[in-house]
Amino acid sequence: MLKDHAKIIHAIAVSGEVIGRKKLQKMIYIAKKMNFPFQERFQFHFYGPYSEELTLRVEELCNMGFLNEVKEKKGGYCQYRYTLTEAGEEFLGVNSIEMPSLRDCLADINTQSARFLELVSTMLFFDDLPAEEVVEKVQTLKKSQRFTEEEIENAFKYIDSLRGMSRH
Amino acid sequence: MEYSAEKLHEEKVFKDPVHRYVHVRDRAIWDLIGTKEFQRLRRIKQLGTTYLTFHGAEHSRFNHSLGVYEIVRRIVDNVFAGRPEWHEEERLLSLCAALLHDLGHGPFSHSFEKVFDLDHESFTRMIILGDTEVNAVLTRVAEDFPKKVAEVIAKTYSDKLVVSLISSQIDADRMDYLQRDAFFTGVSYGHFDMERILRVMRPTDDQVVFKHSGMHAVEDYIMSRYQMYWQVYFHPVTRSSEVILTKILHRAKYLYEQNYSFKHKPHHFYSLFEENVTVEDYLKLDEAVFLYYFQIWQEEEDSILKDLSCRFLNRNLFKYVEFDPAKEYKKLARLSVLFEKAGIDPEYYLVVDSSSDLPYDFYRPGEEEERLPIHLLSKNGELRELSRESDIVDAISGKRRTDHKLYFPADFIEKGRGDSAITEIAALLEL
Repeated sequence: MLKDHAKIIHAIAVSGEVIGRKKLQKMIYIAKKMNFPFQERFQFHFYGPYSEELTLRVEELCNMGFLNEVKEKKGGYCQYRYTLTEAGEEFLGVNSIEMPSLRDCLADINTQSARFLELVSTMLFFDDLPAEEVVEKVQTLKKSQRFTEEEIENAFKYIDSLRGMSRH
Repeated sequence: MEYSAEKLHEEKVFKDPVHRYVHVRDRAIWDLIGTKEFQRLRRIKQLGTTYLTFHGAEHSRFNHSLGVYEIVRRIVDNVFAGRPEWHEEERLLSLCAALLHDLGHGPFSHSFEKVFDLDHESFTRMIILGDTEVNAVLTRVAEDFPKKVAEVIAKTYSDKLVVSLISSQIDADRMDYLQRDAFFTGVSYGHFDMERILRVMRPTDDQVVFKHSGMHAVEDYIMSRYQMYWQVYFHPVTRSSEVILTKILHRAKYLYEQNYSFKHKPHHFYSLFEENVTVEDYLKLDEAVFLYYFQIWQEEEDSILKDLSCRFLNRNLFKYVEFDPAKEYKKLARLSVLFEKAGIDPEYYLVVDSSSDLPYDFYRPGEEEERLPIHLLSKNGELRELSRESDIVDAISGKRRTDHKLYFPADFIEKGRGDSAITEIAALLEL
């Protein structure tokens, strides 16, 4: 009924706190690519895969009082922190979600930096291409980020480890 | 002469109710229009089930795709040609991407993609890159040309100016569908001065910008879009028909998974149900095929599939009430229990549908809004973001409007009056 809302609340609940909109986007995208059943559709934008539907869902959940959004100024830009509210916990009680291995997967993703997740999600977006083309894509589309060879290699390894972790 | 530069002996024109004429001079464009994958778009309606609300809305994705091509053709040939920021070698690529941008849409795309977890953009890519007539035409231009076209459509192409022609907050795609949908639905919204907008467009390295003198035409476009979303695209009756369509597809999939014996085997759906659709299977799907199955499912043994199919074909749609998910989710859970009690499966007959639109947004540094703003070009060469210049646009910038409705079959509730569960349902729904 409101399952898609419940899935996002559940994802934030198991992550504890998510800092940054970009990070939240990448976390859900990566989880989706690991076959967790999130419904939001993603397209390629400035920072990599992005879902307008997810932005909307999160905004809605904040308006509903199920998620707490704290805006903080960070130098030249704003950052947002997301946590679950009591009302959100109550909502999850009525609309329970079964995704047992999501907790481990998201907890791990949440420890990574937004920059690294931007790289990982971009590489996953092109995961139907051969590895060397994926690297080429990163270098062309993410020129301004100047990802190093080492970062790209780490991202490949990280994707493999997530795949192992999320076999469910 | 190279195929990429080959022109038809005589220009071909398609009569068009929105742009008057669609002009084709490039051999490659003419050949693409003739491919079976492009011709399939004639059998996919642009607005899905909207024709059940606005009876004129029978136009197809074929019409729209030609329209987007024509707008991009006018931009690159009449406005950008000769300007130093425009790379003439991207002309054919822009035209092909415009023509093919919707190639992967399935029948009644919105509901179809939701039920089968498919993405038309990935099918567009697969059709362009796969063993298809479209691919054969594009490969004649150059070996890597199909890949480039697919990248422009997927917004991953390196030249962002080319991408922005068909994917931005003011692009050829939107300019065509707003006008075309307004024309075919017969509503008086959706009109704006496109000729003026095209005349004030200017290419830059990474996007199209607009001369400041054209600001009012751009404002008019933003307002048209705003009104079309709420008056046409999110019309509650259209949403009711989409809810039913979605539930038909869910039910058919469920029955297949339960080894239900269909009177007439739904062969066209097998690969969808089994989640292993190939491009070949996909291209066999169109709205005529779907409507054929809905027609025969009216005589199925399964009462839910039968009822939903009858409702869709005969336009006996669900009724709706306003719904606030934050305040009423417990009521929804209660209604779900009561529906079960009354013998009405809530999985198919009690549905929350949400619509939301953000008419225009500007980019906030460091945030993930990801919408490239519309920029106005002043006489001194300075770029100014639209909402900082226009009070009208500023008033709706960044403001999202969302609407939730709860859909249900009022006729079932009416028929069941007297039953205690139905009495409570009627009270909760204030019927």
